[in-house]
Amino acid sequence: MIGDFEYFAPKTVDEAIALLSKYKGEAKIIAGGQSMLVVMKRGLLTTEYLIDIKGIAALDYIKYDEGEGLRIGALTIHRAIEKSPIIQKHFRVLSEMEQNLATIQTRNWGTIGGNLCHGDPAGDPAPVLIALNAKLKLAGSGGERIIEVEEFSKDYLEVALEPDEMLTEIQVPTPLSHTGIACEKLMVMKGDMGVVGAAVSITLSPKDGVCKDARIVLSNCASVPLRARGAEKKLIGKVLNDSLLVEAGEVASTEASPPVDVHGSAEYRQEMVKVFVRRAATKALERAKAA
Amino acid sequence: MKGELKELKLTVNGKPCELKVKANTLLVELLRNELKLTGTKVGCLDSACGACTVNIDGKAVRSCSVLALQANGRKVTTIEGVADGDKLHPIQEAMVEYGAIECGFCTPGMVMSAKALLEENPSPTREEVREAIQGNLCADEGYVKYIEAIEIAAEKMRGGQ
Repeated sequence: MIGDFEYFAPKTVDEAIALLSKYKGEAKIIAGGQSMLVVMKRGLLTTEYLIDIKGIAALDYIKYDEGEGLRIGALTIHRAIEKSPIIQKHFRVLSEMEQNLATIQTRNWGTIGGNLCHGDPAGDPAPVLIALNAKLKLAGSGGERIIEVEEFSKDYLEVALEPDEMLTEIQVPTPLSHTGIACEKLMVMKGDMGVVGAAVSITLSPKDGVCKDARIVLSNCASVPLRARGAEKKLIGKVLNDSLLVEAGEVASTEASPPVDVHGSAEYRQEMVKVFVRRAATKALERAKAA
Repeated sequence: MKGELKELKLTVNGKPCELKVKANTLLVELLRNELKLTGTKVGCLDSACGACTVNIDGKAVRSCSVLALQANGRKVTTIEGVADGDKLHPIQEAMVEYGAIECGFCTPGMVMSAKALLEENPSPTREEVREAIQGNLCADEGYVKYIEAIEIAAEKMRGGQ
């Protein structure tokens, strides 16, 4: 049912990169495969060579240091992020995001890196990581490079990986003081892909409570996770109140160009962007004030 | 080479297995077609229904969404490995006793999700039980009885009869 391929299971990043270089452009990486096998079963993706990296134990870790921030190995499963006491304490929005990512079965096998590399604009982790100003470490035959999560998605199911590159680490800086971050998505059932979703980060000035920085990121509203920069501008430099958050939602809605499918028309989704940006922003603001 | 059979070593229901499989074989295909363990059901084959849930290294996973070769070196438990001979597992007993089983098609997956939950968390809250079977669809809408049966099984397994 799945098209046939030649299969490799490298045990190290170097071995995986050597295989990628050898079969340049003809090979695909599989991690947990929770998204990839679905598209392979539908015949939307075939590959000559499949490189299974799920067994590279060195890429399964969660490390935290106040100065360095959070480092998550690309092969860390979603469930480990959801349940990590370090993440629950210092980056609770990541744990909250994971609680609504698919089902326990998927979170038990699927990896954070696999999710990001699948490049689905409806995916949950990327918008939250962009709100957190996170970066990705990519490794290839020419060495390593760091890229902003925001720069990683290129189009539907396309990411900025060269044919001989793989994602190895997610790097999340410690948020500035007086920052609150929250995410919300519209689900038909708990765990579904968001019909639309919003991740919002708000940083307040401790002196006068003015919004120093805001990051608003939408899921399932474009071919990539979408920074709603116009909406962010509505908030930055102001003392925030509910009517400003409503306005930010309205502006974000005009920036969105959501897809149309059985779960909603473009117009419905644009209305829902207003609601979910406001909800996420309200929660982020409360958290920023409490921080 | 494409089409070449690859070696696979894993433990299924406590027994070590050495097999040769095609690389594009799904774990559920290995279990049902090669090992004839047909207790694991195929509902959607699309990672949506949870009927094919098994435990891999003690965690609930959908066997339609894992390549058989990805289970290399791991311990797989299916519904056939849950009872102790003729003696049903407390989860199975509770499901039978409290009427959780209707048509039974989703039951193996429900048992495997419940087993993974109770091994990790012997005293789950109702919300945690609901979450554990959130990914197991029951076409008979029998969720409440499943939830009650899992709670009763948890109590039994903790030693309070």
